[in-house]
Amino acid sequence: MHVGRLLTREASVLERRELKLIRVVDVHKTYLLGEIELSVLKGISLQIARAELVALMGSSGSGKTTLMNILGCLDRPTSGQYWLDGEDVSRLSADQRAVIRNRKMGFVFQNFNLLPRTSALENVMMPLSYSHEHVSEREARRRATSMLERVGLGSRLDHEPSQLSGGQQQRVAIARALINNPSLLFADEPTGNLDSVTSREILSMFRQLNREQGLTIVLVTHDPEVARHAQRTIHISDGSIQDGLRPASAQPYLPGLKGPSEVCA
Amino acid sequence: MKSYRVLRTAFKAIRRNIMRSILTTLGIMIGISAVITMMEIGKGSSSAIQRTISSMGANTLMILPGTASSGGVTFGSGSVMTLTPQDAEAILKEPTVRAAAPVVRARTQVIYRDRNWVPMYIYGTTYDFLEVRDWTDLSDGVVFTEEDVRTGNTVCLVGQTLVRELFRGESPLGKTLRVNNVTFKVIGVLSKKGGNMMGMDQDDILVAPWTAIKFRVSRSTMGSINQSSSSAQDSDVSNGLYPGSRTSLYPVPAENQTTSRPNPVRFTNVDQILVSARSAENVSASISQITELLRQRHRIQAGEPDDFVIRDMTEMTNALTSTSRLMTNLLLGVALISLVVGGVGIMNIMLVSVTERTREIGVRMSVGARGRDILRQFLAEAVVLCLAGGAIGIMIGRGGSYLVRLLLNWPTEISIPAIIAAVVVSVGVGIVFGYYPAWKASRLDPIDALRYE
Ligand SMILES: Nc1ncnc2c1ncn2[C@@H]1O[C@H](COP(=O)(O)OP(=O)(O)O)[C@@H](O)[C@H]1O
Ligand SMILES: [Mg+2]
Repeated sequence: MHVGRLLTREASVLERRELKLIRVVDVHKTYLLGEIELSVLKGISLQIARAELVALMGSSGSGKTTLMNILGCLDRPTSGQYWLDGEDVSRLSADQRAVIRNRKMGFVFQNFNLLPRTSALENVMMPLSYSHEHVSEREARRRATSMLERVGLGSRLDHEPSQLSGGQQQRVAIARALINNPSLLFADEPTGNLDSVTSREILSMFRQLNREQGLTIVLVTHDPEVARHAQRTIHISDGSIQDGLRPASAQPYLPGLKGPSEVCA
Repeated sequence: MKSYRVLRTAFKAIRRNIMRSILTTLGIMIGISAVITMMEIGKGSSSAIQRTISSMGANTLMILPGTASSGGVTFGSGSVMTLTPQDAEAILKEPTVRAAAPVVRARTQVIYRDRNWVPMYIYGTTYDFLEVRDWTDLSDGVVFTEEDVRTGNTVCLVGQTLVRELFRGESPLGKTLRVNNVTFKVIGVLSKKGGNMMGMDQDDILVAPWTAIKFRVSRSTMGSINQSSSSAQDSDVSNGLYPGSRTSLYPVPAENQTTSRPNPVRFTNVDQILVSARSAENVSASISQITELLRQRHRIQAGEPDDFVIRDMTEMTNALTSTSRLMTNLLLGVALISLVVGGVGIMNIMLVSVTERTREIGVRMSVGARGRDILRQFLAEAVVLCLAGGAIGIMIGRGGSYLVRLLLNWPTEISIPAIIAAVVVSVGVGIVFGYYPAWKASRLDPIDALRYE
């Protein structure tokens, strides 16, 4: 009994340490604008577990994108530590970070950032050409097609971004972000350019991905309505985290929202 | 990143803006097409020169009487009558010599019925002349024999120009014509040879046994008409076939020369001896063998200058090819400058393209493209662009040289090395001028690139 409890505690400690996909300790980011030092992130510490859907919320200019860029290995912190999957990635070189982004991460942007005059299929296939595993042309097409089918664009494979609506473009962007089977998805204001109905569809899709595939999603937004879709919200204000690690239970999860299965059928 | 993917991406990027791509690579196109046209024209004319030279008889040596000097006075070339038909016979015995023909030249009127004509060349020679000139296949009739040469028979071969001018298309075979009032029977018609590299009509020729020209025609030729046979020859001939001791018309050797070097008895002299070496490699060996032989025959002491001059075709070839090479090189220089200008155009547009596609670069980096992937992509784009321009340029250049051949009647010839060089140069231009923009692209920071408006 006593031993058993000990073992359980050991296991849970191990488990918890293993589960933390992201651990950030006292991260600062300072920009140099000429001679003025602009401190954008002022000692951020946070943890994000595997399979969590976290909203990073704050007003415009609070440093959300800057933080997401660091979490997404697009940028390096000026100081502080960042462990991704137990690996210290805060001092990696640009090439090493590129490899991590390719293998583990996907990005969805507010303005979709699709390649212009390039078909949806080609857009989704694009990350595979930087992949380290060898993917044949046919396999790449097959994967991209099935990914586009999963986001409900199976009939729009050859459409170029200019021939797609905003919501459809964002779905292409999501398919592109998921083509390399990442464990982590970053979405920076993904619904910023979409109407409310389309926004809800996109957000449901995130929730479905999170629930069904255990994808860890970091949802960057200024909008509390969007943040409500997350299991947990990290509030950021003026470069600092407001309420730290708030327990997930404190955040009312919204099971009553329209199920994503209706959208992604 | 797999290379075929790199290429495919490059092709797509080029196709995405096809008009601009064409304009970008226009400079390369023009440069390459200029290079190809120039090279094909150059190659065409140099092989035309080669053909003319070989039609004149490849491996040909021309032996001319040399400068005589006596008592410090130098006479001009040909001022001594040093070459004899016997020299030609002796030369023929040299192992490297295939054929040797003595040549006596005359320039006079040829009359057939009421028509007359002054051929460019009236050659008195032997059968070997045709050997040397690679002209043994007659278009009609037969060649005169050794017997004809020995007895000085007045038979002759005529070139195509004479056939046209004198006979107006009738068959000249068996006809008689008068050369300076000596009657010659036409026994053969030479095949057509065309102009030589100086543009002189080689078919404007009459060939007869040298004995007939020497002793029958030149004898009665007026000195004013007969330019090559000097009056000395006439007097020489007037002394009869066997003039005995030396004539006073030879340059008078100094007393001591006469004693130390008894002049050989010369029955008669010729204007030149044409020699054909067995092969091109034999030419220089032939020259030294003939030099030695003639010095010996002419009893020239060591240290004294030759009394003859040996010319070979390589001299002439070199002179001609070097002028055509100079032209080609000059034009190539111009073409290369236009390639550099084209390359700068590529660089300019690639820089614009990198700026324009900063966001694309950012997106590619965000999904895991490393700097070197971006570098490779833009470099491939520049190279593909240049290569496409080069390929089009090659086609335009070939078309241009075809037009030159068609419209200007200038000989052109496809040059495989030029095409290979064009491909290499366009790839090179692509790499050299595409590198800087590609490097700039690869150095972009993903965040800055994504944020770029
Ligand atoms: N590259 C940069 N150079 C200078 N200042 C920057 C840079 N990136 C962001 N900032 C500044 O950092 C602050 C936070 O930006 P950001 O993280 O984009 O905010 P948001 O929360 O709206 O996403 C802003 O004041 C912005 O001006
Ligand atoms: Mg932002």
